Amino acid sequence: MANLQPLTALGRREATTVTHGPLTVSERTDVALASVAARKGRMAALTKAAQKAGVPLPDPATHQSGAPYSAFWTAPEMWFVEAPFATHELIADLLKSALGDAASITEQTDAWVAFDLAAPDLAPLLERLCNVDYPARPTGHATRTMMEHLGVYLIKHGPDTARIYGPRSSAESLLHAIETAAHSVW
Amino acid sequence: MTQSHRIDGGQIDRTKTLRFTFDGLPYLGHPGDTLASALLANGVRLMGRSFKYHRPRGPISAGSEEPNAIVELRSGGRQEPNTRATVAELYDGLTANSQNRWPSLRFDAMGINDKLSTFFAAGFYYKTFMWPKSFWEKLYEPIIRRAAGLGSVTREEDPDEYDKGFLHCDLLIIGAGPTGLMAALTAGRAGKRVILADEDFRMGGRLNAETFTIGNDQGANWAAASVAELSSMPNVRLMTRTTVVGAFDHGIYSAVERVSDHLPAPAAGKPRQVLWRIYAGRAILAGGATERPIAFENNDRPGIMMAGALRAYANRWGVKVGERVAVFTNNDDGLRTAKDLQSKGVDVVAVIDSREGGELLPGIRHLQGAEVIDSSGKLGLSSITVRQTNGRSETISVNVLGVSGGWNPNVNIHSHHRSRPVYDPNIAAFVPGKDGPPGLLVAGSAAGQMSTHAALRTGRDVAIAALELNSAPDLPQAEDAPIRISPLWYVHHGKGRAWVDQQNDVTVKDVKLAKQENFTSVEHMKRYTTLGMATDQGKTSNVIGLAIMAELTGRSIPETGTTIYRPPYTPVAMGALAGRSRGREFKPFRLTPSHHWAKEQGAIFVEVGNWLRTQWVPKAGETEWRQSVDREVLATRKSVGICDVTTLGKIDIQGTDAGAFLDKVYANTFSTLAVGKCRYGLMLREDGIVFDDGTTARMGENEYVMTTTTANAVIVFRHLEFCRQCLWPEMDVQLISTTEAWAQFSVAGPNARNLLRKIVDQDISDAAFPYMGAGNITVGGLRARLFRISFSGELAYEIAVPTRYGDALLREMLAKGAEFDPILYGTEALGVMRIEKGHVAGGELNGQSPALNMGLGKMVSKKKDSIGMVLSQREGLTIEAGYRLVGVKPVDPKGKLTAGSHFLEKGAAPVAANDGGWLTSKVYSPHLGCDIALGYLKGGDRKIGQKMRIVNLLAGLDTEVEIISPHMFDPEGERLRG
Repeated sequence: MANLQPLTALGRREATTVTHGPLTVSERTDVALASVAARKGRMAALTKAAQKAGVPLPDPATHQSGAPYSAFWTAPEMWFVEAPFATHELIADLLKSALGDAASITEQTDAWVAFDLAAPDLAPLLERLCNVDYPARPTGHATRTMMEHLGVYLIKHGPDTARIYGPRSSAESLLHAIETAAHSVW
Repeated sequence: MTQSHRIDGGQIDRTKTLRFTFDGLPYLGHPGDTLASALLANGVRLMGRSFKYHRPRGPISAGSEEPNAIVELRSGGRQEPNTRATVAELYDGLTANSQNRWPSLRFDAMGINDKLSTFFAAGFYYKTFMWPKSFWEKLYEPIIRRAAGLGSVTREEDPDEYDKGFLHCDLLIIGAGPTGLMAALTAGRAGKRVILADEDFRMGGRLNAETFTIGNDQGANWAAASVAELSSMPNVRLMTRTTVVGAFDHGIYSAVERVSDHLPAPAAGKPRQVLWRIYAGRAILAGGATERPIAFENNDRPGIMMAGALRAYANRWGVKVGERVAVFTNNDDGLRTAKDLQSKGVDVVAVIDSREGGELLPGIRHLQGAEVIDSSGKLGLSSITVRQTNGRSETISVNVLGVSGGWNPNVNIHSHHRSRPVYDPNIAAFVPGKDGPPGLLVAGSAAGQMSTHAALRTGRDVAIAALELNSAPDLPQAEDAPIRISPLWYVHHGKGRAWVDQQNDVTVKDVKLAKQENFTSVEHMKRYTTLGMATDQGKTSNVIGLAIMAELTGRSIPETGTTIYRPPYTPVAMGALAGRSRGREFKPFRLTPSHHWAKEQGAIFVEVGNWLRTQWVPKAGETEWRQSVDREVLATRKSVGICDVTTLGKIDIQGTDAGAFLDKVYANTFSTLAVGKCRYGLMLREDGIVFDDGTTARMGENEYVMTTTTANAVIVFRHLEFCRQCLWPEMDVQLISTTEAWAQFSVAGPNARNLLRKIVDQDISDAAFPYMGAGNITVGGLRARLFRISFSGELAYEIAVPTRYGDALLREMLAKGAEFDPILYGTEALGVMRIEKGHVAGGELNGQSPALNMGLGKMVSKKKDSIGMVLSQREGLTIEAGYRLVGVKPVDPKGKLTAGSHFLEKGAAPVAANDGGWLTSKVYSPHLGCDIALGYLKGGDRKIGQKMRIVNLLAGLDTEVEIISPHMFDPEGERLRG
């Protein structure tokens, strides 16, 4: 039977790390991702089940960290839930078991490429990439925005760290955009 | 060359010397110089030739309003025409050339135009080049364009990069003169997020050009200290070399930052310019004012400049433009120039003051009630003729004349939302009117508050008002001189030409002609004369032009009104507008899971939206694309072929109403589909026209996976979200795209099942996994999905694994299935096979065709309501003689077809009235051994077996064809059910 070897979104065996000046961009292949959307009229049940299972369901425009589950809001009564890939590759099945029929759950792990950005101040980089007032947003801010025509999620983990989820098929284009902006700044 | 015209003082760094060339001659300057100030310091005042008449011209200003000193900067790919020498920052090695002259600036053969000026008055072209009509495009226009005064465009690619970006602030302040600085200090000290932008490379505005004091210090020093204080505030962003070029909706402003224009070339990786989009809670326009000339005969000679500019060159740049200076003014500000220059030791020969009475300047010949009526000097001013109050004329030998006709507030940005400026007779100028962009306030001389004290006061007060601050900083002492002006727009004298718009060569006579021809509205005058339509947007000319028109028509200036200003405030390089969107960076790419394998194989890719799909994969020895495509088709139909179909849209649809939702969005029924099965679905638009198609599988009781065409993946998803959120919010349906989450491959051909048996863990025999089956399976234990569907007409499956495993799955299938000689086929072979089968795709799904035309009319269920069902039954869409999908093959197998050709009956003339329809898609079928096509033919379903013609007049094609069923290969579908 098959024993398939995965490729990263950038087409490599190992996750890619790029540095330029103070910036480090790390491709994250170790994150499992699933969407959780409340079934119509089942929000109360979902909240209860999620609480019990330790799945955070944060407020709009917010990311909430936890273990093993973290989550960010993506739409009314809808979230993306993150968990470690090594233990939660079957994140959709695990969440279905936990949340039952109160939610519609869809695996999203490989729909996205995740890049973690780290630099003492990310604002000068992000102001060339997207229309988000990064310095004014609180830590834990999560938003949908555009970077060089690509729809992405941007999560502020601090003034110095952020995660971008971009469309997986455009991983190379997105990384190129980030690197180009970094060269403009630093 | 020595800097013969340098005098003491100024804000230039004399410890460093910069070398530059103008028209190939070497010159020296200093950091802090502009190209214009450095050339003037070297005694060069002839810098260009005028647009139409090729008149010798020099700078009249010291800023971005400059209409005359227009030059080409740099060379090679960086050559930039039509730039203003007055704002070009000097750097070591700068090369500049004059433009619009031949063979040289001093001797310009096109100067003959000036002698023929009678023929070139406003409206000349419209009247003269009317006949014959065809000559305009081919003869007249090219000649006129060649003679017209614009620089030349380099044919080389621009080597520089341009960025775009987004900024946010509580307060954007446009202009960093005394007003802007005071506003920034007020807001910055209050802790507000402030952006202070100025087009100059040094903040301070006119304070750098004047000798005013603020408090106990020079104005320029106060400006420097203020900038130092502001730069220490983390909440204040100072942006020099940044021009705010436009005000847009919702407090959005655009600004161009010239990051590297003051350098020989941008540093590695750094952009030349950045186009910023600024989101400002509030904004203050503190853009100052621009001095305007007074029109008189021959007022355009090099050496005749704005009085304020003479002062700026002397005070800021340590330059005297000439040795013998006169000043012509109608207001007190002009007198400042005389005083400043005299104190610098320049010989001020006379002040010609059009006003009567008032105080006389001490120590200077001050002629009151006098006017300059003419000037002379071949390539520059040598004398002026003055008419004194007693009517006597006098010629005065001077080589510089400073002219001040008053100052116009820079209202431009306030007018970008069509707010009309209003005339303020106290300063004889237009000030911002009502209904400016919401949130934009105006302060300082841009608001008609002309003194330094008024600038500081309004800068502070407007910042307080804009941000609703509670505390007001103390104001330093500053001059608060009143404005004393007696309007004088042009000197009534003689028959010669008096220039109004120097960049477009518009004269007082042209304005008179416009009036004579009844183009008396300012908007008509502008277009008739081209006044204000040059790249300077008439910053020095508009107000004079309309004032002259007012005088000619006997209307008041307010009655006459002004034209409106539009973005950009100053010219913007095309590169800045394009940003990174050029060449390979024009758009992002989407790569399929098989991309890396295909690249290794030397595959040819085709752009499908942002996707790069494999078009075909050439093998050794194949020299022509058809060889590869034919081989891929034959190999697939013979054994097995694999195609990456990841690009098809995949939408996960869940919820207890998922089936009912699909019944509404699809024309056919899905709620009855069994779990573990899939079905072809047809989606209509509200108007009954086919929108999209694809297969949808039921993966669970409340869970479906829809596929869409590649092209419509996003718009179908958006449509479904609209339906869910707006049309039927009561339904329990949740949607999410999973297009990129799964790598999906079509495995097609007689050996498809045999190959997959070696890959998947489950029994996929026909009994266990029948035609149109669907389900979750595993591949070596890995979660996967399998669908038994076919686009090629072969026994076929689509197999999907999480995208990261897609590359490995492909390699595994090729390796483990080697005994079946599997090939990977591209979009061309896919196209051949689907056309052989008569499946509709892009050419048929053309946004104009109902299902009936595609032979799919029965799919539109009447038993239920669905989007488009009712309107698809419209009379016009259901007539029997309407277009129907047919197959087409040439009677002679060698006959050629092309898509887009039209059906004609035999013997019918190729005219629209005889048009029977058109070919939508065409390929060469290696199985049928000829070109085949699909087409929409009127009444086509009743014409099967008939002979017709395919005509394409553009391609010179007239082929006899047979109309056949669109199902041209295996019409019974035995292969795909095998």
